[in-house]
Amino acid sequence: MAPATSPTDAAGLGRGRAVAFALPALVLIGVFLVFPAIWTVYLGLTDYRLTGPAAADPRLVGAGNYTTALGDGRFRDSVWLTVQFVLGSAIIGQAGLGFALAWIMRDRRGPVRRLVEALVLLSWILPGSVVAFLWIALLDRDGGTLNALLGTPGAAWLLDHPMPSIIVFNTWRGTAFSMMLYSAALENVPPSHLETARLAGASAFQQLRDVVLPRIKGHVLTNVLLTSLWTFNDFTPFLLTAGGPEGRSEILPVYVYNVALRDGQLGFGAAVSFLILVINLVFALAYLRLLRDRREVPG
Amino acid sequence: MRLFHRPVLIATLTTAVLTLPACGSGTPAGKDGVTLTITANAISGGKNTAAAEWIKQWVIPRFEAAQKAAGREVRVLFQPNGVGDEQYKTKVALDLKSRTGADVIDLDGIWVGEFAQAGYLKPLTELGGTAVETWEGWKQIPQAVQGLGIFDGKKYGLPQGTDGRVLYYNRDLFGKAGLPEPWQPKSWQEILDAGAALRRLPGVTPIQINAGTAMGEATTMQGALPLLAGTGTEIYTGGKWAGSSQAVKDVLEFYRQIYSGGLGDPKLQQEAKGRDKSFAEFADGRIGILAEGDYFWRAVVDPKTGVAPMAERDRVVGYARIPAKRPGAGVRGQDFVSMSGGAVRVLNPFSEHPRQAWELLSFMHSAEAVKAELAGAARVTSRSDVNAEVLAADPMLRFVSEEVLPITVYRPGLAVYPQVSAALQEATADVVSGKPVQEAATAYRAKVERLVGGSGNISD
Repeated sequence: MAPATSPTDAAGLGRGRAVAFALPALVLIGVFLVFPAIWTVYLGLTDYRLTGPAAADPRLVGAGNYTTALGDGRFRDSVWLTVQFVLGSAIIGQAGLGFALAWIMRDRRGPVRRLVEALVLLSWILPGSVVAFLWIALLDRDGGTLNALLGTPGAAWLLDHPMPSIIVFNTWRGTAFSMMLYSAALENVPPSHLETARLAGASAFQQLRDVVLPRIKGHVLTNVLLTSLWTFNDFTPFLLTAGGPEGRSEILPVYVYNVALRDGQLGFGAAVSFLILVINLVFALAYLRLLRDRREVPG
Repeated sequence: MRLFHRPVLIATLTTAVLTLPACGSGTPAGKDGVTLTITANAISGGKNTAAAEWIKQWVIPRFEAAQKAAGREVRVLFQPNGVGDEQYKTKVALDLKSRTGADVIDLDGIWVGEFAQAGYLKPLTELGGTAVETWEGWKQIPQAVQGLGIFDGKKYGLPQGTDGRVLYYNRDLFGKAGLPEPWQPKSWQEILDAGAALRRLPGVTPIQINAGTAMGEATTMQGALPLLAGTGTEIYTGGKWAGSSQAVKDVLEFYRQIYSGGLGDPKLQQEAKGRDKSFAEFADGRIGILAEGDYFWRAVVDPKTGVAPMAERDRVVGYARIPAKRPGAGVRGQDFVSMSGGAVRVLNPFSEHPRQAWELLSFMHSAEAVKAELAGAARVTSRSDVNAEVLAADPMLRFVSEEVLPITVYRPGLAVYPQVSAALQEATADVVSGKPVQEAATAYRAKVERLVGGSGNISD
């Protein structure tokens, strides 16, 4: 946010009042965002622990935590699992399924559409702990609903297929946002264009590719980036698998929780948090850059 | 960026606004009275329900009445928890780190060292004053049990009692499998033999020896350490930690025989709620042999207050000492082994009313209170006078006190122990998920070496 030094004072506030106007927000951002980020960097350079001597008297260990993290197989596994989680549940799952639902429902009105929308929305607005309980009941090895439906007693979905389980779970959980966004976006596609395309003999796929997609490209971009960021930082899978069994579903947010709070390595956890912050910043910068490029293209 | 920041800001603001009035008034007192808070990993209708009921129904009204009689207005609140031990530990550590939390806190004795080193605890005399030294209870608590609350020669907490690990078995299943009863295995092989016989029963998991990381310290305490003691080794002796010695490999090999040989359920060891499930399965007659502390008898399968109650516990559940690998192969040349620990209650050093908190704490450990806590149930308490009275009442209590406590081993109260314990849990997890024993032992040794500062601190 630039200080109000611009020669064209559009709001007519004057410098003093403009500063006074922006100051509370800047202070809040400083206290709650900038300071914690800097503090995280500092903690990441220490051997700070939750208990024991290093809790009372942490020592600086330099970049030790960062080199340990980057050389640690568990951290690298966790990054790879997070990539799978984001690709599977955010991009293919939420964005893909959300678009499919929006496309199928675009011309429908009446009870079917309302029912589908209500169900998809419900999974989005329920509290995380309730949802986790429902999914554990569904996937449980002993007496789980899914095993009863499929007739596969004793199949341990959360243990044998932890990643697919949390990917399907997160797709189910977050599709509503993408569906609503694409529903709104598809309203922007003029029906006359689609009609013209149909008259010219375009197949459904060709209509999608040549008429719909160019119109909603910006929405797709926003949607994919938002859901990726949200999914990348999502902690809810912890409620299902706690990162287990033996770390096979330990995505980065769960990894940080496990090392920092369960194992008590606060300094190391802070270092990993900072690495995650950097990845998030890269995401966000890419998003801003793409958004700006779009605005610069006329039309 | 702005898109993400706005909700964050709103959330932070809301949290700040909501929590501000709470700041600085962690103990909302009545008019010019004192309010004290007790916390424990106990909750009515859930985990350790009997302890929660005792605090709410007995301790609080009686302590408040006693204080009132002395002309003081004191209110006592109970802050219940019903979570895994590791989560409870994290919560209490975070409370103390931010200089808040309850005035009287329940802790596992093994955490006292690392909490004290972190500055989260202070010796009782520094908080409670001279009243601590003159407390009548000290002479009733045996030295070994007092040790649960001692770190670096200073008393940080009052022990609640101690416990011992045994093998529980289902007598009905043993009868069906044609196994002898009463059963007392004399070697690891005899446990495996019994398991092989139980395996023929449909729907029955023969043996449950806790393994893996999901069960946390329960894996170490109920599984790896009693087995290690059965090979004649302790995790920490003579200033050195056990590395990838033959003893550790023997323990891991025993795990392999159970979980790769179809005698145990490997999946159960990986489940997030595996330990609770093992309780439910044993109570349901689906597990033959299970290694647990006496906690299992009095809080899990207890017909009235257990989390997995067994109406016919006294008839169905048998118990036996844990054998050494071979007769005479255990620590100190013993034939049988066990592990002991115990909970303590500590004072919060950041309490606004430490003197009153000590009064409450010592009140909770008076003979009268300890007897009320038992409420007729089986439990080895910290007080000899109470034990002498209640010992006769329950055969299981007598068994633990007379047969198990004399042969038991305590864990090292060092800050690094929980991390070594975690490494040991990971080694069992490796073996249960099918990795070779040698590989698991080597990985364990590498981790311990990093934790304890080089191979000079490892016994081999």
